[in-house]
Amino acid sequence: MSALDAPLDRRSFLRLSALAGGGLVLGFYLKSAPRAGAQDVVKAQNLVDGAFSPNAFVRIAPDGTVTIFSSRPEIGQGIRTSLPMIVAEELDVDWKSVQVVTAPVDPAYGNQSAGGSTSTPQSYTSLRKAGAAARMMMIEAAAQTWGVPASECYAEDGVVHHRDSGRTLPYGQLVARAATLPVPEHIQLKDPNEFKLLGSRVGGVDNPKVVTGAPLFGIDQKLPGMLYAVYTRCPVFGGKVISANLDAVKALPGVKDAFLQEKTAGGVTGLVPGVAILADSTWAAISARTKLEVKWGEGAHANDSWADWTAQAQKLSKGGPKFEVLHHEGDPSRALAGARARVGAAYSYPFISHLNLEPQNTTVSLENGGARVFVPTQNPGAVQGSVAEFLGVPKSKVEVIVTRSGGGFGRRLQPDPSLEAVAIAQKAGAPVKLLWTREDDLQHDHYRPAGFHFLEGGVDGEGKLTAWVHRQVGFDPHYMSGGEDYPANFIPHFHLETAALSNNMPMGPWRAPRSNVHAFVICSFLDELAHAAGKDPVEFNLALLGDKDMVRPSTGRGPGYNAARMRGVVKLVAEKSGWGRKLEKGRGLGLGYYFSHQGYIAEVAEVTVSKDGELKVDRVTAAVDVGSQIVNLSGAENQIQGSIIDGLGTAMFQSLDVAKGRIVQSNLPEYPMIRMPDAPRQIDIHFLKTDYPPTGLGEPALPPLAPAVANAVFAATGKRIRELPFSKTDLSWA
Amino acid sequence: MSQFTLHVNGQPRTVDVAPDTPLLWVLRDHLDLVGVKFGCGVGQCGACTVHLDGNPGRSCQTPVSAAAGMKITTIEGLSADGSHPLQRAWCELDVAQCGYCQAGQIMSAAALLAGNPHPTDQDIDDAMAGNLCRCATYTRIRAGIHKAAELAASGKVAVR
Repeated sequence: MSALDAPLDRRSFLRLSALAGGGLVLGFYLKSAPRAGAQDVVKAQNLVDGAFSPNAFVRIAPDGTVTIFSSRPEIGQGIRTSLPMIVAEELDVDWKSVQVVTAPVDPAYGNQSAGGSTSTPQSYTSLRKAGAAARMMMIEAAAQTWGVPASECYAEDGVVHHRDSGRTLPYGQLVARAATLPVPEHIQLKDPNEFKLLGSRVGGVDNPKVVTGAPLFGIDQKLPGMLYAVYTRCPVFGGKVISANLDAVKALPGVKDAFLQEKTAGGVTGLVPGVAILADSTWAAISARTKLEVKWGEGAHANDSWADWTAQAQKLSKGGPKFEVLHHEGDPSRALAGARARVGAAYSYPFISHLNLEPQNTTVSLENGGARVFVPTQNPGAVQGSVAEFLGVPKSKVEVIVTRSGGGFGRRLQPDPSLEAVAIAQKAGAPVKLLWTREDDLQHDHYRPAGFHFLEGGVDGEGKLTAWVHRQVGFDPHYMSGGEDYPANFIPHFHLETAALSNNMPMGPWRAPRSNVHAFVICSFLDELAHAAGKDPVEFNLALLGDKDMVRPSTGRGPGYNAARMRGVVKLVAEKSGWGRKLEKGRGLGLGYYFSHQGYIAEVAEVTVSKDGELKVDRVTAAVDVGSQIVNLSGAENQIQGSIIDGLGTAMFQSLDVAKGRIVQSNLPEYPMIRMPDAPRQIDIHFLKTDYPPTGLGEPALPPLAPAVANAVFAATGKRIRELPFSKTDLSWA
Repeated sequence: MSQFTLHVNGQPRTVDVAPDTPLLWVLRDHLDLVGVKFGCGVGQCGACTVHLDGNPGRSCQTPVSAAAGMKITTIEGLSADGSHPLQRAWCELDVAQCGYCQAGQIMSAAALLAGNPHPTDQDIDDAMAGNLCRCATYTRIRAGIHKAAELAASGKVAVR
């Protein structure tokens, strides 16, 4: 029994009280389950402190209004709708009667970050209990009012019914009595077969505001007397600011102040040195910046370049003392030597940016010896902690107001924009809105690390994969170790080693960290081996997945690799995609499958490649196992559709170059993103429900897409893509 | 600084700003109409799309001096109560993820439907290629435009 399945401990309820307004408030503070997978998401400094997570917060007012507090940031993953749905289902209220209100940032809420697709798995059971406990108390209050046993009563749509007499009482009228009752020790959850709300399609609670342009986002915040700030950072990572033509800038129209900002402690998430310009409007600040001249101390990394890193990686392709062995089984060299067919290949992928469409921003007011920080963040705890540390005040003096985020994708786990805004506000003597321009955003991101992979594999006389040697050269150790769960543990002779190149790039989580690149490398190379073995790729991969069910990872990290669940989605996607169909040359089907963020997902891409090499993805079929229950069917499908198209755009186009220690690209013309004409016209999604706890969908549908498309391109043309983005490979055929 | 009178959502609005100020920032900073969004500042993402005399335009590339004298419609003025067929379709099909680009998407789509009440997938691709959605909700944006066309055709709501 996991912590989440344990009966409620009476001591775990910290608060149960009648509000001044007469509403019943139930605060639930459940001991958290182990943070499985958290290490996939954020570096240690971004993990929110506190051992309690997650929680629900329900309020029922005497007039029957039900308020459900949403404690996780809405970044487009639909969590502000889906988590309250879980509470509402067990509470048994009409969804239309529910008001969703953003919870304050408070240690009592435990983990309030949005990252790693963890919100659903961490919250599912505790939120059900939160709703169910409130429902039981409503029933008990009604039973006491009527003088009948609670077992003769039931709740439906916010009303308690007495079965025999037909009497009814709405929740609102039961609030006063319910507030005097003890919280039940054993919570009776609904039978999932009786769910009415969960699994249905529910539109986002803020949709009406989104479509009318209401101020929801960080960039929409405005405080009285606020100044508008832009901040210019050294283009070379790790550089210093020496001087700037501050007097000339201060004389420009609308400019209120301009000053140098030194570096503070904190590594890449600390304050990057630069020049702040404060003005009376955004445009005055942006205009003044075009006249800014800065002398930078570019430091030790002013000659870093992608070309140099590529050359260094090539030199490491045969291994050496720089490598750390992460996994070794059997005798891979001997198995390779004895293989019937042997394949060697080099794969690579570039640095990429998150490109949140809402550029980084923070609006801050320094008051009462602390700060009020309005910020689109995935990680309010990190904002609060780093701002408090910077100001030298207790966290309780830093109020973080989490706005809706115009995209997250991992970028907003980092608190750097808020730290800059606070530093600028300290000198401004007025509230400040700091806005990053698109160029700032692209050139000062925490990038998805690039990587180089050198692989060798061998198959035996029966077409069975027997040997795998995998050398990774990368930039961030957090991004290494792909394949430790799979195909390690499935291949008798296996070797995985990694080495990091010296660099000073700011790097961080990017949607489905690690998996977003390792899936491409691993599933593409498996496809190469399937063809070398003369096997159909689906057959070959199913054979590799074997006949065992749970296969534990060797490292002890993560929840384990369940081969049966993966076989389930691979078989389902093969069936639903019409795998095995004969297609004319230039058209092809390709398989990608990957386990990430506790989800098992297989995708088949159907592509057309013209003779001159133009790639069009016509259709993608996805088979998805994220456990026993989809929370919000509309939101779940939206995440999968978006992940597939995002995965395609990333694979087709995205690439950053580094020269002279800086990012070469500066805006969309040089860094294209996928647009509607390149999005597949058809995406078919099939859920495979299994008896496992529900898990999240913000990330796991992205990794399988790139290899599915690359493998389909091979099927269509015989051209093997081994480098991201696809646009670097000539796909023309005759 | 110069005074400009803008016709925004049917109302005259006077602002005192530098003549090169993009309409985007006049709307957002000076008129508190923040539905229009800043995404790239170079006219490539479409998040800042508004209607200028009925045509979709990039407000980040339109200096206030050029916008004066034009009829400007923003997402806030597309309908009085969020009942434009596109707004209804967007809610019905749950199109948005983060929602940041959606005002721009809806403004581009509204201009498309005003001139082409029954667009094909290809028409939609062509008309919407200038609007990025970082969450990649393109599947639903396309469906939303078809749905809005249906709603408008059923006579329940009019495309303005």
